[in-house]
Amino acid sequence: MPPFQTLLDEYAPDVLGVLRGAVGRTDAEDCFQETFLAALRAYPRLDNDENLRGWLLTIAHRKAIDHHRTNGREAMPMADPPEIPVEDPELTDDGIWTAVRALPPKQRAAVALRYGSDLPHAEIAAALGCSPEAARRSLHEGIKRLRKELA
Amino acid sequence: MKATLQRFAERAEAEGLLDIAYANVDSPFGPLLLAATPRGLVRVNLPNYDPEEALEELAAKVSPRVLEAPAKFERARRELDLYFEGKLTEFDLPIDWQLTHGFRGKVQRAIKRIPYGQTRTYTEMARSAGNERAVRAAGTACGSNPIPIVVPCHRVLRSGGGLGGYGGGLPMKEELLKLEGVL
Repeated sequence: MPPFQTLLDEYAPDVLGVLRGAVGRTDAEDCFQETFLAALRAYPRLDNDENLRGWLLTIAHRKAIDHHRTNGREAMPMADPPEIPVEDPELTDDGIWTAVRALPPKQRAAVALRYGSDLPHAEIAAALGCSPEAARRSLHEGIKRLRKELA
Repeated sequence: MKATLQRFAERAEAEGLLDIAYANVDSPFGPLLLAATPRGLVRVNLPNYDPEEALEELAAKVSPRVLEAPAKFERARRELDLYFEGKLTEFDLPIDWQLTHGFRGKVQRAIKRIPYGQTRTYTEMARSAGNERAVRAAGTACGSNPIPIVVPCHRVLRSGGGLGGYGGGLPMKEELLKLEGVL
């Protein structure tokens, strides 16, 4: 196994990019830390180092899903929240990713993995745990929906 | 990204996952790579040896959980700076001896005890390690010292007064001995 630092040097920007697409800029940092901690914990027991990037992106994807689940539970409102307009200056250049975040989970992940980190269909399929055909379909559906949203 | 990575190294350490921390440190001879386990300094890589190779060896021999963590080496950096300025004669850094075993390990521990500005011969080192006749093995032990400078193998010379060898190259050995006032 190469020293773990080389994984950070080579893939940290990709992982952060995917996570920004999947959970937004603000929460991407937390998911990034969780992703690499999980990877570091498992690293000595990893069988082979052939596709470390795909391995990391798979973990990142799982952490993003965990994040959405946790947030889904926490977001149960007890009363109607006050209506305050929210403007996050960090997100204003992020229009398309805001739309990506609104996609259903599989489509969102497929789009983020394809365009956020430039992953080929086979690796997206591996990360999502589905067939390449299903990955292609999710990606296709996601893009179709984005086109409609952003038109 | 830099702050993110630093935070990651801190969290890794807090969770007991930082098996080997490393940092690059400047020296008058070029960049040194320092590596430490939670127990102490485990490796000092001299400028003439590829630092990436040194890290790969550590990953293979100790643990692949290797992270750059410069903040962990402030004291080592300070002591080395002072040493190279001639203002420090004894390193006070914890050492992890796990890369040395058996007779070599004994020789290297004996080297650590040679005082600043003094020299020993390979024969004397063989004797300190408990086998006076193993002079050649004592030489090998000096040559395979994983923590040079801090474990001062540059203070070991040939019996006839010749300099012997040095992993960092003979000119570096000579400079270190001049710094300590031996030459």
